[in-house]
Amino acid sequence: MTLKEFWHRLGSPRWFYQISGHFGWAFGALALGLLVIGTFWGLAVAPPDYQQGNSFRIIYVHVPSAILAQSAYMLMGAAGLVLLVWRMKLADMVLATTVPFGMSMTALALFTGAVWGKPTWGAWWVWDARTTSMLVLLFLYIGLYALRQAVPRQETAGRACAVLAVVGVVNIPIIKYSVDWWLTLHQGATFKLTESPSMPPEMWLPLLVNVLGFYCFFGANLVGRLRLEILRREHGTAWVQELMAGGRT
Amino acid sequence: MNGGLATAKPGTLFIAQLRRELTSILRSLAEALNPLVFLFLAITLFALGAGGDPETLGAYAPAIIWVLVLLANQLSLEAMFRRDFEDGTLEQLLLLARPLFIPILAKVCAQWCVTGLAMTLLSPIAAMMLYLPLDALGVTMLTLLTGSPAITLIGAVGAALTVGLRRGGVLLALLVLPLFVPTLIFGAGAIMQAVAGMGTSAQIYWLMAISMLSLTIGPFAVQAALRISLEQ
Amino acid sequence: MSFGSLPEFFAMGGHGLYVWLSYGAALLVVFFNAAWVRFARRRYLREAADRMQRYPPAMRAAQETESGRL
Repeated sequence: MTLKEFWHRLGSPRWFYQISGHFGWAFGALALGLLVIGTFWGLAVAPPDYQQGNSFRIIYVHVPSAILAQSAYMLMGAAGLVLLVWRMKLADMVLATTVPFGMSMTALALFTGAVWGKPTWGAWWVWDARTTSMLVLLFLYIGLYALRQAVPRQETAGRACAVLAVVGVVNIPIIKYSVDWWLTLHQGATFKLTESPSMPPEMWLPLLVNVLGFYCFFGANLVGRLRLEILRREHGTAWVQELMAGGRT
Repeated sequence: MNGGLATAKPGTLFIAQLRRELTSILRSLAEALNPLVFLFLAITLFALGAGGDPETLGAYAPAIIWVLVLLANQLSLEAMFRRDFEDGTLEQLLLLARPLFIPILAKVCAQWCVTGLAMTLLSPIAAMMLYLPLDALGVTMLTLLTGSPAITLIGAVGAALTVGLRRGGVLLALLVLPLFVPTLIFGAGAIMQAVAGMGTSAQIYWLMAISMLSLTIGPFAVQAALRISLEQ
Repeated sequence: MSFGSLPEFFAMGGHGLYVWLSYGAALLVVFFNAAWVRFARRRYLREAADRMQRYPPAMRAAQETESGRL
């Protein structure tokens, strides 16, 4: 199958539904394996940080969730662009189903950041550059969610969210830069949570495993949510009716 | 509405639309002045809340001015497309005007005149009410002048997305306020730098850059958003 | 292995509260994301099956266009 064919087929929720079942399980199994290995490695095997001691182990859930929070928003921006240009049904479903996942990852990153901040900086909340951009990202997610809830017609809601997601993606780098700049103005060099000087491999390898694990979990979760969304939105079509009647969903 | 909308030259179209917008603003001047009244009312409340202490107010003046300018702008946004949407003018415009971004730009321009520009011109009064050091006055006006186009343009996207909704007000705030973060940071930051006697050109350039970026992308995003909002 | 004994592992060198709070939250978020999909899917399928039984095909079409957005 050429790339172009694949692209055209993505336009068909039916085709996606048929091929995605196995992918979902594969991603899920991979995620479980990677997360178990990465978490155990990070929690029990990796050496403690020479400055922060064992509290540094929070990195193995904090960094993956922060990366996923941003990746999910980037995916939504891409899906929004695809929806606006090609009006692909699946893109709208991606846009709709990624919001709750991304929001939960952003909240997790903020929470773990706060918990990590307490032993490191002595305060639950510090206006650190990354924390602040993460908070703004959370508001962007909430905005997308609220907009979808507020627009009555589904198709309209999807395209409105697409515009907002694209505008948001354009803004995110500017927000990040401005917040970074703001910090250099307000406080001197605090040592950053995730930038311990030259992390040795036995510290960053588990991190890599967990980041990959989180990505796989995102994949599995997205596939699961998309399949449900397809059933919901396409419930009037013959193929879904047939599928339901046969009990082979 | 002028008749030759479909065939007019871009320049003529822009001027005609701008004139129409300004006329309609002048006709309901009280409504257009509301955001400005809000700005000064909120400044008064701030001063009262802080006990009128010159030192406290002066220290926070850059932040207060910028945050209140953002909020006042945001409050005025809801009405931006509302009336044209309700009486059907907006629909006509979307059907007839080619290229569509020219009348949109004119609308944004008119909106900016009564909010961003007006607030820039009135900011010396706000600065005095908040005991901002006089040396920083020029920079304050400059940040407002260079930053407010971005606010109006970004806000217009939000306003266009929510124009058809019944309870658009709070939602609009939720959508646009996070996007104002960079403008706020550079705007208030520049004033603080000026108060401290440091250079501010970097921030001013940033504000200009953000405004230029908004100017290139904004009208098209507004156009797309209006098309979507009027579908329903 | 970084820890000698199990209690040492749980204590995390005095940072136990913070580490376990973070990992607990992460577990909760991952679990709820996964569980939500399963739960919502099962509920949807049950409701759809109910609809199918209760209404004959012609009525079903009308019902479904009415409840277009679930």
